[in-house]
Amino acid sequence: MRHHIILRIAAQLLIPPILLFALYVQFHGDFGPGGGFQAGVIFAAGLVLYGLVYGVAEIHRVAPTHVAMKMMAIGLLIYIGVGFAGLGLGGKYLDYNVLLHDPMAGQHLGIFLVELGVGITVASTMLVIYQCFSEHQSRDLADDEW
Amino acid sequence: MMLAHLPVLEVLVPLAAAPLCALLRRPLLAWGVVMASTTFALGGSLVLLFQVLSNGVISYHIGDWAPPWGIEFRLDAANSFVLVLVSLVGTMCAIYGRKSVEREISPEAQPLFCTLLLLCFAGMLGVTSTGDAFNLFVFLEISSLSTYVLVAMGASRDKRALTAAFTYLLVGTIGATFYVIGLGLVYALTGTLNMADMALRITDIGDSSTLRVGFAFIIIGFGLKLAIFPLHQWLPNAYTYAPSMVSAFLAGTATKVAVYASLRFLYTVFSPNLHFDAQVLQTLFLPLGLAAIFVASGVAIFQSNIKRLLAYSSVAQVGYILVGVSFANITGLTATFLHLFNHAIMKSGLLLAVGCVVYRTGSCSISTFRGLGHRMPWTMAAFVIGGLSMIGIPATVGFISKWYLVLGALERGWWPVAFAMVAGSLLALIYFGRIVEAAYLQPSPEGNKVTEAPLSMLAPLWVLTISCLALGINSEFTVSSARAAANALFFDPHPGLSMQVGP
Repeated sequence: MRHHIILRIAAQLLIPPILLFALYVQFHGDFGPGGGFQAGVIFAAGLVLYGLVYGVAEIHRVAPTHVAMKMMAIGLLIYIGVGFAGLGLGGKYLDYNVLLHDPMAGQHLGIFLVELGVGITVASTMLVIYQCFSEHQSRDLADDEW
Repeated sequence: MMLAHLPVLEVLVPLAAAPLCALLRRPLLAWGVVMASTTFALGGSLVLLFQVLSNGVISYHIGDWAPPWGIEFRLDAANSFVLVLVSLVGTMCAIYGRKSVEREISPEAQPLFCTLLLLCFAGMLGVTSTGDAFNLFVFLEISSLSTYVLVAMGASRDKRALTAAFTYLLVGTIGATFYVIGLGLVYALTGTLNMADMALRITDIGDSSTLRVGFAFIIIGFGLKLAIFPLHQWLPNAYTYAPSMVSAFLAGTATKVAVYASLRFLYTVFSPNLHFDAQVLQTLFLPLGLAAIFVASGVAIFQSNIKRLLAYSSVAQVGYILVGVSFANITGLTATFLHLFNHAIMKSGLLLAVGCVVYRTGSCSISTFRGLGHRMPWTMAAFVIGGLSMIGIPATVGFISKWYLVLGALERGWWPVAFAMVAGSLLALIYFGRIVEAAYLQPSPEGNKVTEAPLSMLAPLWVLTISCLALGINSEFTVSSARAAANALFFDPHPGLSMQVGP
């Protein structure tokens, strides 16, 4: 990949804004179009671009599959944890009103955390799907394996 | 506090345990989590059933958003009965699973297997509990997507699991998509997603072609999921090549939950008062149900792979369930719920027994069953009891559900149908007879050193087998619950409609 200088420089220029834009979409989701799903996909797109330009081994070094798989579970647990927190603080499941002293602030915090969980899970899932396909060694199946 | 939140905890505990399993490295810990959460769900569902039977409908508003805007979990006698069924089969399969899966799936993959199993389990409980039609779709997809992967995990034993899972993926996705298309049309008409609210508005609006098309999409969508006769082609391969424990789990739960969901739409959301709804019940379900009984049983007779044989028998049993629905009377619906429950415990029991054989011999073709009656006495005894129950011998649960099915047919005056159902049972006698003959009357091959399955697999198998007998001798619990379930759907489609529907 060393000689593909245009690709490398273009990727270096693009990846930081992509990741930054993902974070913007993530955290601006309360006020404008956006949220965890979109942000997660954009963030993963940045990482996939990195993998495409610098190679499979490099993306595994930066974001190992086993860590990404842990992140998938952790994101989901953040979501469910927020739900249980509402339950523990005397409300219904996923009731954000009781999370903080006043309902308005509670709603903000609740949706923020839930979307963060969604973002983490979506980004790491997209990444793991990419890694699974990219490291797949193609091998012809023998007749009897069907 | 715990009790007030039980309707949602029932689904959430397995759902939260799923990602937890993915974080665990040790298979043993993951299995511990699976067993704990399924057992919790079983206990919870029993408490909920008794609560519903004594105090009436429970409604839980997620996030404290009032329905019809928010998502509501709504438990009546019908779905709390199905919850008990799903969590009972789930718990038994979870206890059974550790040993069985050890043999079929590599240790690194086991925690992920547990994750998928719990997601599937939680999804089915969610489909059953929710009162929101779109939330139902989400849970349906959670359970279906994890099911496809669970089936594909049989590939370590037999590569054909991959094609089976892929077919199932295509068909299942078409089913789910049809459901959403139908729901979209009904939503366009009613402007609501809450099932009870939807039902009220459909009554106001009355019949229209949009409603009919929506209805058709929804019923065909569920038809694919529950393997109505001509739409059943995905089922035999999926059950045959899935890991043993997954086959048993799916046979007991997946189609049952789909049957429940379609009943919910046929009776609660739409109602038999609508002309086309009643028509589907009689002119579609009755012939398809009868065809399933004869064609699938007929095909089952010629199978040499026991898991495939049982899969075809499942298609036939779905036929019985559909015939029960088609009577459109209270006895028929009671029989439907009874058979839903009874078939789940006997078919799961049978597949667990086959799983024991696979565990010891590595194969489930009929030739490996030769002489097993003496080599694996406990496993084969359970298999025989399950088989007798499938045929419908008195003192087993199979008899109870066939009895009510025949009563329902006679109540409608449909003598030929009653006769056909009894004749269908004779076909079951033939295909179980073949296996029993191989197991008890044929000598085992020379040098066969097969021994009895381990206790942790026999125990859940025998729990199901004994409940097969106990509920067949004293059917008080199942019959009264099934009757309450049928009443809930049949007479009172909108019981205690607590919410204020907007102006």
